[in-house]
Amino acid sequence: MLAKRIIPCLDVNAGRVVKGVNFIALKDAGDPVEIARRYDEQGADELTFLDITASSDARDIILHVVERVADQVFIPLTVGGGVRAVEDVRRLLNAGADKVSMNTAAINDPELVARASGKVGSQCIVVAIDAKRVADRDGQPRWEVFTHGGRNATGLDAIAWAQKVESLGAGEILLTSMDRDGTKSGFDLALTRAVSDAVRIPVIASGGVGTLDHLVDGVLDGGADAVLAASIFHFGEHTVREAKERMRSRGIEVRL
Amino acid sequence: MTRVVIIDYGMGNLRSVAKAIGHIAPAADVVVSSDPRDVAAADRVVFPGQGAMPDCMRELDLRQLRSAVIDAAANKPFLGICIGLQMLFEHSEEGDHPGLGVLDGEVRRFDNPVDPESGARLKVPHMGWNGVRQTAKHPLWAGIPDEERFYFVHSYYVVPRNADLTAGETCYGAPFTSAIARDNIFAVQFHPEKSAHAGLRLLANFIDWTP
Repeated sequence: MLAKRIIPCLDVNAGRVVKGVNFIALKDAGDPVEIARRYDEQGADELTFLDITASSDARDIILHVVERVADQVFIPLTVGGGVRAVEDVRRLLNAGADKVSMNTAAINDPELVARASGKVGSQCIVVAIDAKRVADRDGQPRWEVFTHGGRNATGLDAIAWAQKVESLGAGEILLTSMDRDGTKSGFDLALTRAVSDAVRIPVIASGGVGTLDHLVDGVLDGGADAVLAASIFHFGEHTVREAKERMRSRGIEVRL
Repeated sequence: MTRVVIIDYGMGNLRSVAKAIGHIAPAADVVVSSDPRDVAAADRVVFPGQGAMPDCMRELDLRQLRSAVIDAAANKPFLGICIGLQMLFEHSEEGDHPGLGVLDGEVRRFDNPVDPESGARLKVPHMGWNGVRQTAKHPLWAGIPDEERFYFVHSYYVVPRNADLTAGETCYGAPFTSAIARDNIFAVQFHPEKSAHAGLRLLANFIDWTP
């Protein structure tokens, strides 16, 4: 049976892994290769690198990071952040990424999803959706897509946008609750469930993990195919193995 | 020194295959090439790939690699990966397109798979780590436990005409063939280059394999 995946997420700034809350007070968390290797040894199913480098001069450093990690870690690698064109996708894949995640660029130019998946295959294209709960309509919860760390509203309904990117050729959705991100209060399970039920492609739940049971809830209640977390793994609170043992004890199929 | 040629027909990420083989066989001469002469001169051939069947077949023909691949599949240790497995068959539902016809059978799309126990709808592509039941003994399974998990990402799967071809089986809604073996050919639907220790072991077994 297919295992539910656990995906540690590494924020990378100018070649170093960093961790902050809502992009404030970034702390150095180490060398990407060392951290990637550690997670691989703990049994991580994939790794996601998010390039949060603001300076355009330092942009290409991520390519070097991906190359170094791919030399030594033989599990799937996803890279996101700053992807604007098919050429960016191609360069990341050539550096050793297996999937590339796009967010704002897909909102500005939805056809980019179609062009990129047409060129490299749907299985390589992840669309990241940052969603915030907005006023309910007819008693039903609604979530809107935001960009720029939750600052800019797009007017897009998160569920409709997920279906749209699926139809354009996205192979997977990385769904982050901007309400929960950095709060350690758990995934937005209603959001996760709503999007997972609305599409046929896999959905990765993200944003808000503070305990191992939150990961369990994301799968059992949210219907996520994979769960992504950063801080609970980075600072040694928990290992990926502990997370998998907890999931297995709750009846979830995992790779151990 | 054994010369391993990874066939490059312009589709997919071949770098990870080359890196993984270089990692487990540092003494091997690993070459990524689209030159049919390199394929002909290789000691071992890896036929990987990602993408849609019609595009892959077109790109293969554009580089005049078709006969080199068919020749290699006939006479040297040959490892197909993912679409490199699917292209060996006669026909694919993907784009209703013919394959190379090295093996008898066809390639079909997952058709609304559901979990047989819970009845839950399963996602397509089949993406992630799933178990492989070793249905036949084979040197490439050496040291790999039965039902070991490998990393998959695909929407189509092969249906060999002759069930004896199947060397591994995986369940996604229903069992499907996830590895085939015949003579000097071994081919897998999963990605050994992305399957951590088990995948590296399978690649090492391929490098050591004398069919």
